[in-house]
Amino acid sequence: MSYAFRTTGLVKRFGDTTALAGVDLAARPGTVLGVLGPNGAGKTTAVRILATLTRPDGGTAEVAGHDVVREAEEVRRRVGLTGQYASVDEDLTGVENLVMIGRLLDLTRQEAKRRAGELLEQFDLTAAGGRRAGTYSGGMRRRLDLAASLVARPEVVFLDEPTTGLDPAKRDDVWALVREQVASGVTVLLTTQYLEEADALADEIAVIDQGSVIAQGTPHELKSVVGGQTLQVRPLDPARLGEVGDILERVTGGRPDSPARDVLSVPVTGDAALPPVVARLAEQGIEVMELSLRLPSLDEVFHTLTRRDTPAATGPATAAPDRTAHETKGAAVA
Amino acid sequence: MSATLTRPAEGPTPTAEQAATRRPALARGVTHSLTLARRSLVKTLRTPEQLIDVTLQPIIFVVMFVYLLGGAVSGSTSEYLRFLLPAIMVQTVIFATVATGVNLNTDIKKGVFDRFRSLPIARSAPLLGSVLGDMVRFVVCIAVLLGFGYALGFRIGTDPLSALAACVLVMLFAFSLIWASVLLGVVAREAGAVQGIMFLAMFPLTFGTNMITPTESLPGWLQWWVNVNPVTDVMEAARGLLTGGPVAGPVTTTLLWSAGLFAVFFPLAVRAYRRKA
Repeated sequence: MSYAFRTTGLVKRFGDTTALAGVDLAARPGTVLGVLGPNGAGKTTAVRILATLTRPDGGTAEVAGHDVVREAEEVRRRVGLTGQYASVDEDLTGVENLVMIGRLLDLTRQEAKRRAGELLEQFDLTAAGGRRAGTYSGGMRRRLDLAASLVARPEVVFLDEPTTGLDPAKRDDVWALVREQVASGVTVLLTTQYLEEADALADEIAVIDQGSVIAQGTPHELKSVVGGQTLQVRPLDPARLGEVGDILERVTGGRPDSPARDVLSVPVTGDAALPPVVARLAEQGIEVMELSLRLPSLDEVFHTLTRRDTPAATGPATAAPDRTAHETKGAAVA
Repeated sequence: MSATLTRPAEGPTPTAEQAATRRPALARGVTHSLTLARRSLVKTLRTPEQLIDVTLQPIIFVVMFVYLLGGAVSGSTSEYLRFLLPAIMVQTVIFATVATGVNLNTDIKKGVFDRFRSLPIARSAPLLGSVLGDMVRFVVCIAVLLGFGYALGFRIGTDPLSALAACVLVMLFAFSLIWASVLLGVVAREAGAVQGIMFLAMFPLTFGTNMITPTESLPGWLQWWVNVNPVTDVMEAARGLLTGGPVAGPVTTTLLWSAGLFAVFFPLAVRAYRRKA
């Protein structure tokens, strides 16, 4: 199988701190790998190594078939980088920033200007193109950062926490732009602290904690780690909540819980409980506003995976090197 | 038939991979450095207060020394101006190299330098860009000094070509010395340290010369230092080329020192920058 990028046993130490304790990550061309983890988990270090900004202390990393240490220049020609660190020059205008990057990537002056114009239009920044980047709002700034990483049509784009600090509407804008890039064949490595973001964009997710991958799989596989689904009902008339509760308890045998006002939910396995619940609601003439069978949220998955039995002080030495989702599932269920 | 005005649709701009194959590495390297020099220049021009050290400062120095010491050292201020101005030109251009290291130190910590590191350009390009962009500060400095000197009565005693050679020589020396400032800018943890260390070295180098008073008037131990200090030679070369006097010796020494400083500090600075990545 061919990979757009791949790391094997990546190790990085900073003094006594082990930032990465043997990390394996891989993505096939045209897919999005979401790297999920809390602050300080090692996400940024992994990206910096893949983008040739930091040298690994052990293991290997390849991008588009080129080793990041021995063939750094080849890698640099094929990647785009956007993150908390790799950003634009605040004293230059949007146009000047993009033209400068184009010239540094060996485009002619004309090509660089044309590409800058295209990107500004695509990212809805044409009107702001003549203003200094320092005057941009947070959302505009992120869009310019993203545009800057796409000047030379890279094969792989690294997005390090691209929406941290953005409000939900601006975040959706950035997500839409990322999806467009993926649709045109770009491979994306996305690091994020937000499970929602990984769920919305990633084909595969690797969960990193304390320098190790503690789970890896599709969003669906990771959700199945915590096991089961939730059946949730919201009657149109809140006064009938009691009757709904009785139906749920009789059908599933579980005690309903109220996760939100006027909503009842009960854990179930599979979809067997759905038809009888619907039938009884209809029998008793209870109209519903909402009725759903859903997988647990990634937040629940994340908390299950990172629940630590030992104090954090024992450090990465105790963390399992690389468990797959299925093994983790066994552990989580047991 | 299609109108003659319609142009064929332009294809997509090339990828970095395609673009890199069109020109030899050296030509690309020159473009990269000039692109980054332009960036540095645009930034300087957008914050003109950064030019104070090369405009107001030399003017204040000239006024201060000419009217404080002129009468005592040379008997007249106009005679002293002839002696002082070429040397002050050397001093202020050397002082101006400090700002390069200070700015670079601040700049390197910003996100845009990490982006430069992620691009397929030579590791020396961002440093060369900063230095080349700052060379314009030296031009401003020299122009301000010659203009102000002219207003006070300073006249070039040689020919325009020699005067031009003096300016180029001073800039060449500064271009070599500036790499010490760049090295400090790369390795120092904060900008204040760059400034502190640079000025610690700049004061004995520039004042420990015959800039203000002739060497003969100094105590013996100081005469020894003035004679070994390369900046004395640069000042003597500038005096010779601007107002007349011996030229060959001091110019040769200046060129040798320039080559030596560059050969030592340029590789050290680039290596330090590469290591930081």
